[in-house]
Amino acid sequence: MLKTNLRHLETEAESKEVLENNENVMICCGRMGPMCIPVYGIMEQLEDEYSHVAFHDKDFDIPAADFIKSLPECSSFMGLPFTVYFKSGKVVAATSSVQTKEQITKILDKVFGK
Amino acid sequence: MPIPTERKFYGKGVSGCATCDGAFFRDKKILVVGGGNTAMQDAVFLTRFASKVTIVHRRDYLRAAAIEVERAKKEPKIEWMIPWIVEEILGNKSVTGAILRNPQTNEEHHVQCDGIFVAIGHDPKTKVFRELVKTDESGFIQVEAGSTRTSMPGVFACGDVRDLVYKQAVVAAGHGCMAAIDVKHYLEKKG
Repeated sequence: MLKTNLRHLETEAESKEVLENNENVMICCGRMGPMCIPVYGIMEQLEDEYSHVAFHDKDFDIPAADFIKSLPECSSFMGLPFTVYFKSGKVVAATSSVQTKEQITKILDKVFGK
Repeated sequence: MPIPTERKFYGKGVSGCATCDGAFFRDKKILVVGGGNTAMQDAVFLTRFASKVTIVHRRDYLRAAAIEVERAKKEPKIEWMIPWIVEEILGNKSVTGAILRNPQTNEEHHVQCDGIFVAIGHDPKTKVFRELVKTDESGFIQVEAGSTRTSMPGVFACGDVRDLVYKQAVVAAGHGCMAAIDVKHYLEKKG
């Protein structure tokens, strides 16, 4: 399990439920490594500011992560974490590896609005 | 690495975590940048996946422990570029190579590679304290041996800002306990 303060997605059913019940969803799928931890931290910081977005993380090594790993948008990725943004259940953006707060907020603003 | 394009290639060939990202480089050519224990360990680990691993280090000597260097030297997939500096990362959608420069001769060398793993250690982020307490050349806060006392009386340092070796949460927690005791003694002496 990931040691973050984000809501974890541990099963496929949980992922499906989150995507069905939320218009805007950001899922960060990774491990507790140096490229992943900064992204979780930024997501935690942004949760209040972007209350219209559901922020979740997912352990890269559990079966439920296959859903993220198998997305076509992630097929060329070469680094953890895989961070995927969903609008109405569809992928609208995806990034690989560590991202800055500026990079993340730019995507959030673009795909979900402020 | 002080290379503007480094960040552009995160997730596209540049990584700071061999354990997590090594598997994405199966049968690929990789550079590992650094000369410390992490670089040696990462290079050896990455030979599980890569077709070739080249260690690139800016100095003509290695900081890594002898046993780590020996392990790396025994690995036939590992090559060495010492002393060389990564001057530029090449690629469009992903890393395709790098320009290396020899700091002693200024000679440049173009290497083809698919991945670059940065293993040059950690920035302790102590810039804000550097006018207050003594730090070493890497920025780690210097403390008196066996204590958390810094060069400034009444200022105590604990955790990774003063630990250039272990960098473990449990060690930082221990330092925290030491600092609390040192503070108590300091205040008692002050009356």
